[in-house]
Amino acid sequence: MTKKTKPKVAFYWCASCGGCEEAVVDLGEAVLDVVNAVDIVFWPVALDFKVSDVESMPDGSITVSFINGAIRLSEQEEMAKLLRRKSRFVIAFGSCSHMGGVPGLANLWDKESIFRYYYHEAPSLQGKDGGEPVMRVKVPEGTLELPAFWDTVKALDQVIDVDYYVPGCPPTPQLLANAVQALLAGNLPPKGSVLAGTRALCHECELNSTKPEKLLLKDLKRVHEVRIDSAKCLLAQGVLCLGPVTRGGCDALCVRGNMPCTGCFGPTDEVRDYGAKGLSYLSSIIDFNEEKDIVRAMEKVPDPVGVFYRYSLPHSSLRRKREVK
Amino acid sequence: MMAGPFQPRIVAFVCNWCTYIAADAAGVARARYSPNVRLIRTMCSGRVDPQFVLAAFEKGADGVLLCGCHPRDCHYGEGNYKALRRFVLLKKLLGQMGFEDGRIRLEWISASEAEKFRRVVEDMTEQVRRLGPFKPNGGA
Repeated sequence: MTKKTKPKVAFYWCASCGGCEEAVVDLGEAVLDVVNAVDIVFWPVALDFKVSDVESMPDGSITVSFINGAIRLSEQEEMAKLLRRKSRFVIAFGSCSHMGGVPGLANLWDKESIFRYYYHEAPSLQGKDGGEPVMRVKVPEGTLELPAFWDTVKALDQVIDVDYYVPGCPPTPQLLANAVQALLAGNLPPKGSVLAGTRALCHECELNSTKPEKLLLKDLKRVHEVRIDSAKCLLAQGVLCLGPVTRGGCDALCVRGNMPCTGCFGPTDEVRDYGAKGLSYLSSIIDFNEEKDIVRAMEKVPDPVGVFYRYSLPHSSLRRKREVK
Repeated sequence: MMAGPFQPRIVAFVCNWCTYIAADAAGVARARYSPNVRLIRTMCSGRVDPQFVLAAFEKGADGVLLCGCHPRDCHYGEGNYKALRRFVLLKKLLGQMGFEDGRIRLEWISASEAEKFRRVVEDMTEQVRRLGPFKPNGGA
């Protein structure tokens, strides 16, 4: 063995479900190749390193940090900033880190309304008033501190500089492997690139050949209302698939499982606001011209924010609801 | 210093073939209307991407007015219907995001309706003035 040091890699999670960590594990045996090629210096979900270990590393000494999850707590911002300082590259890993993700839908509320519901009104409290978490509490051993909970959930690039994005909820193991390989080989696209497809999902979907030339829908169907024909474009079956406005690179995994695309890879490079584009696209294919018919057809989209900003509300033009009562 | 009533900023996306001409005619006729509206001419109301509307609010508009040709009058066939469908869904989405009803409005104004253009602008200016300033990306 030579003394040549291996590149150092860190993984961290913020406001996320753990699915992105699962994507790392889903590398399966390929994870051994990764471990051979790099030193994992920080990975709280799997390895016993402490924050102080990271703090004691020289600045810029970690080759790349993969950070998943949205930023919702003060602690997450502190950790993101620490890893930014210690890393040459920071990759926003997964939809939450990339665009705010599902936790970002909490931007329809704020801290006060969330706490009010969960600690005072939720049926699971069974009438008992929960009491709210406080940031500091004195115990005989000293003062214990909790991170601050913010009104607004943010994407990673809204708190630190991000070099690349790996999209997906979660990203596929293939995308992770590609990103690691590109980094190790120094074969990198321009800073700020999303390391996935560049075209819309329809281009790589097997069912694209069955998509009608001119798509017009009288009625939108939800997935439980229709028996999906797995050989036919979901849109042609009246199911709202967001493939036409979503970045490809996932090999149409959901569509192959008879589920429509819900947009976790976000928009293509040309689009600024994913939700607005999705909304625009749906409006274009609804086959009614009279206002009352349009309103009736749109009743099948009772929650436009949840449909079109499912993964990207913090990254949208509006970012959050104006005033929460 | 600031004095007098709040002066809202309203961005109006107007179709080249109808409302833009109506606005021009209103000018030629020296009709008086509030100077709060900034016109952006598009070739068709169907050209107005909902991203434009959100960008207007993001960059400080207090209200957005969308104007196109009357139903069955679209220069391109059905661009105005597309605008209407987008408007219906966008309005619903903006409602979820905490927007008051009057911040966004869709009107059909033909080339000959200079007076309607004047009236709509006056009316919307007053309405948005009552709603007060729009704070982009509000909250903490």
